[in-house]
Amino acid sequence: MKNVLHHRRTWAWPYLLFLILLVVLPLCLIGIYAFTDMDGEFTLKNFVMFFNKSEAVNTLIYSIAIAMITTIICLLLGYPAAYIMAMKSFRTPEVMALLFILPMWINFLLRTIATVELFHMLNLPLGEGALLFGMTYDFLPFMIYPIYNTLQKMDLSLIEAARDLGANRFQVFTKVILPLSVPGIYSGIVMVFMPTVSTFAISELLTLNKITLFGSLIQRSFGEGGITMWNYGAALSLLMLIIIGATSFFGNQDEASENMVR
Amino acid sequence: MGRGYLYLLLFVLYAPIVLIIIFSFTQSKVLGNWTGFTFSLYQNLFTGYDLNANVRVDPNLYRAIGYTGLIAVAAAAISTFLGTLAAIGIYNMNARHRKGMMFLNSIPMINPDILTGISLFLLFVFLGISRGLATVLIAHVVFCTPYVVLSVMPRLTQMNPNIYEAALDLGATPMQALRKVLLPELRPGMISGFILSLTLSIDDFGVTFFTKGSGGLETLSTFIYADARKGGLTPELRPLFSLIFLTILVLLIITNVRAYRLKNKLNQ
Repeated sequence: MKNVLHHRRTWAWPYLLFLILLVVLPLCLIGIYAFTDMDGEFTLKNFVMFFNKSEAVNTLIYSIAIAMITTIICLLLGYPAAYIMAMKSFRTPEVMALLFILPMWINFLLRTIATVELFHMLNLPLGEGALLFGMTYDFLPFMIYPIYNTLQKMDLSLIEAARDLGANRFQVFTKVILPLSVPGIYSGIVMVFMPTVSTFAISELLTLNKITLFGSLIQRSFGEGGITMWNYGAALSLLMLIIIGATSFFGNQDEASENMVR
Repeated sequence: MGRGYLYLLLFVLYAPIVLIIIFSFTQSKVLGNWTGFTFSLYQNLFTGYDLNANVRVDPNLYRAIGYTGLIAVAAAAISTFLGTLAAIGIYNMNARHRKGMMFLNSIPMINPDILTGISLFLLFVFLGISRGLATVLIAHVVFCTPYVVLSVMPRLTQMNPNIYEAALDLGATPMQALRKVLLPELRPGMISGFILSLTLSIDDFGVTFFTKGSGGLETLSTFIYADARKGGLTPELRPLFSLIFLTILVLLIITNVRAYRLKNKLNQ
């Protein structure tokens, strides 16, 4: 049958061209700009400039730390939620899952601003705590969904078998359920860590500009810095790209993307 | 107890949204300051004129709504076309090429919006293209199409290839077989890809921010951002998002009740 449809593979060529021109080439440009100066001459000074500024280096470390903490909080809050959704018999489990995704239909900047107002109303200070709350709030669904998906697809007879063979509830969880949900956990970690480590804009709103994250640093080099800062900004972007590349290597990306669609 | 935990999480998750909805029924400039129940913000939103303050509602808000809708529909349509075509092509490739294409396809999905935005910004600068509506549209197609490919792909792999062949054997031209056999099979995947693209496009901030240029083009996201940085959020955004939220809530309830009834019917 393939022969009939075979010539249709040319139909992917426009998309291949599209991807090369608008995805691969632009990413290469980040690398090129990062290693050149304004006149297009090769230089390392953009990176030297970054590593000499302890403030900038600290921002990078701080952003990674914040992203890690957010990811851990999301995992600790999200795993039980996904577990309960998958295990308890809700009449309509789909509705429960949808309820966790529905808030994402409200523009995330507006939700962030509403969170800020909520902190004002409860007389809570805006700062690191608000930042962690806001990020957890924004990205928790990304953790719950992939874990829920793997748990839901799990073969329940495995649990029964473990019980029959004398495992108690704790053992069933640590020896059967948890190991089987590892792929979902990996996807969840990747899907929360990547947007949090690269986030910009919401950190300014949540901390009243008190805390600068690495993403905002990049944004500023392209925005307010004017043309003179573009090469420096590209160097920072390249560092971000390396972090993202390393993270996606850590998680199985096929799984993550599959989970996104479902 | 388990359920209680879920409801608690949902309560926290929805608190800011409920806050927006509640305060869409009062007039105050600031969220969180209740000045009595009124529909006037809704009225302002629809008439474009604030009767109490005797000023027009920021016209940029309506322009932003228009651009958001235009870009979302156009980007979703182009992505669905390009992505479906690509999925059919990729499906017919040999395993090695298919793997390579799927890897390329996953890059825009892995890339955080700030990197997609900046890399495209550099491309447009490099090529000397001035940024505006066209560049934002291209950028949105870049991050939407991979999701269309991923939603159409499973329909192709699950399809019985003999049906297509049978159509050809029975005298259909390749074009007819495509229109009458292949496309109906792919339609559900195309629709979910289209809807996903709409959602991603409407919600995008990062990519739009770097590709919109300084010509005054704003989508709702960038409008809200600029507004929040200035200090005062346009109060009419509250009724606008309350309405968007309620519309989606109703749509979801309808589709789910339908699916639920269908499931019950099948079980009987």
